[in-house]
Amino acid sequence: MTATAGAGAIIAPEPLQAQPDSAVKRVRRKLNSRTASIVSILIAILWTIPTFGLFISSFRPENDIKTTGWWTFFSNPQLTLDNYNEVLFGTSSSSGQLASYFVNSLVITIPSVLFPIAFAAFASYALAWMRFRGRDWLYILIFALQIVPLQMALVPLLKLISTGVSIGGLTLLPAWAPQGVDRFMAVWLAHTCFALPFAIFLLHNAMSSLPGDLMEAARVDGATHAMIFRNIVLPLITPAIAALAIFQFLWVWNDLLVALIFAGGNAESAPMTVRLAQLAGTRGNEWQRLTSGAFVSMIIPLIVFLSLQRYFVRGLLTGSVKG
Amino acid sequence: MDFATEQPKFIQLLVGLAVFGLVVAALLLFIDRAPKRGHERWQILGFLAPAVLLLAVGLIVPAIRTTWLSFQNGDSSAWVGLDNYTWMFSQSDVLHVLRNTLIWVLLVPLLATTVGLVYAVLVDRARLESLAKSLVFMPMAISFVGAGIIWKFVYAYRGDKDAQQIGLLNQIVVWFGGEPKQFLLNPPLNTIFLLIVMVWIQAGFAMVILSAAIKAIPADIIEAARIDGTNAWQLFWQITLPSIRSSLVVVVVSISIATLKVFDIVRTMTGGQFDTSVIANGMYDQAFRFGQTGRGSALAVFLFVLVLPIVIYQVRSLRHQREGR
Repeated sequence: MTATAGAGAIIAPEPLQAQPDSAVKRVRRKLNSRTASIVSILIAILWTIPTFGLFISSFRPENDIKTTGWWTFFSNPQLTLDNYNEVLFGTSSSSGQLASYFVNSLVITIPSVLFPIAFAAFASYALAWMRFRGRDWLYILIFALQIVPLQMALVPLLKLISTGVSIGGLTLLPAWAPQGVDRFMAVWLAHTCFALPFAIFLLHNAMSSLPGDLMEAARVDGATHAMIFRNIVLPLITPAIAALAIFQFLWVWNDLLVALIFAGGNAESAPMTVRLAQLAGTRGNEWQRLTSGAFVSMIIPLIVFLSLQRYFVRGLLTGSVKG
Repeated sequence: MDFATEQPKFIQLLVGLAVFGLVVAALLLFIDRAPKRGHERWQILGFLAPAVLLLAVGLIVPAIRTTWLSFQNGDSSAWVGLDNYTWMFSQSDVLHVLRNTLIWVLLVPLLATTVGLVYAVLVDRARLESLAKSLVFMPMAISFVGAGIIWKFVYAYRGDKDAQQIGLLNQIVVWFGGEPKQFLLNPPLNTIFLLIVMVWIQAGFAMVILSAAIKAIPADIIEAARIDGTNAWQLFWQITLPSIRSSLVVVVVSISIATLKVFDIVRTMTGGQFDTSVIANGMYDQAFRFGQTGRGSALAVFLFVLVLPIVIYQVRSLRHQREGR
């Protein structure tokens, strides 16, 4: 139908007839774009207003939050930083003590981002640019591991850490019941293992798209693999590394499950997500703490996200089936 | 906060980073100085060993152990055959868990993808496009726990007749003359209210991927369709949708996988009470709270069986891709 209309227009170009038609079209297009704008603005509002409400509430006095809706703020604006002060530095056991948990989140996140990136970069280089038997199978295995739910590994990994490994009476790993700050090591290990499949997938993609002539030329010049890896490959795949770092950062910082199991639940080692989940469960109506606490936990990821969105999107487009 | 109690954490962090630095340096040195005899074998070992070792210890062996444990009893002291699996499919509360997971996995990908697609089409080449996209994309940066709190606040309920509502949704209900409701307490609708949170998070992901796919449609195809007098509606169904089919599949599959494993939202908002639990949450409760390792493992294995078709499909398409190169 559309094809014949087009053909007709070409054969018989009659400006007088075409004019009212295009006017109708213009009106219709305007109407279309009007509805389009309204629908898209509606979606945008729906998607931002919950966060906005929480944000406004976090600055309202406790009594106001608990008795009136946050939208009444605009007719009766009252601001306070008490909620933040209380949730971060309050000393009573119910206050949140988020400052401590904030430190824990940092201590958990930094190594959990660096470790997998480094080890994945090493492995990806071998998988992309070195020849050995079974290479393709190894890559496919790692690729498939991305989708395996980490729930499959939680119980035995926790057991492995607490009882150690021994084969035929020979102790390979001693039993270890981490306490206090030692628990961080267990969390780093867990996050590193779980991140590797996706990290290798992403970096392998980036590395194998580099031109082969480049490697060949370097080899001819007598460069070793270690030199090629450090001086040629790594600098060239920085965008992919940046994307991976943002991913892994958001994943670890926002994780609850791994932290609950490996980091325990107290201020010595648990991250903010664990504390917030506790507060939401036991003090579900203490909105002055929940609102400000949620914002404290969101601020760093939001900054990272908004400033590095470009890299993040690029990473998303490369591969999006994380397990 | 007392700095003295925080100090050991920073020391731990520094020690961890120092050890890591040493390991990486030693690895590079080993690769560089590896015996040149035996071709590149030692170098390959140096590059691969850490990752392969970590994957084996942290994922492969544990996954096999989990399958093993799912045929044993609560404290893994005796074999019970298929008891854990028959338990899973015979207890009514576990069946509810499975039913909830099914509802999640049917609705979340559908709704999130639809919203993401509609939004991507509407804001494509509109004014302020990147701002508009950032707004919908932003929830991706928020933790599921944070999102759970945000939406719990939207659903907040106050029982007093005279009291003002503090939750936006109940206030809207009141504005329209309705009675405020306990959205999170009454099954089966509470599951819908929970999964809206996941839709809210994932729509941005769908939007970004689909928007990139829409932009990749060659301009002359669209131009040709325009000249033919195709209207926006026809353009969408006849040109846009078929062109972005493969991206749509990626989006739906990714969101489905994420939804199958959803845990944090349920944990934060209801703790799995009021008939809202899903598989990942049930698995956590059984294995880590009730000490029922066998049952927890069986739920994990079931989760794996559910994603297995996706694994096989992905592997096959990857091999296809590689052979084509």
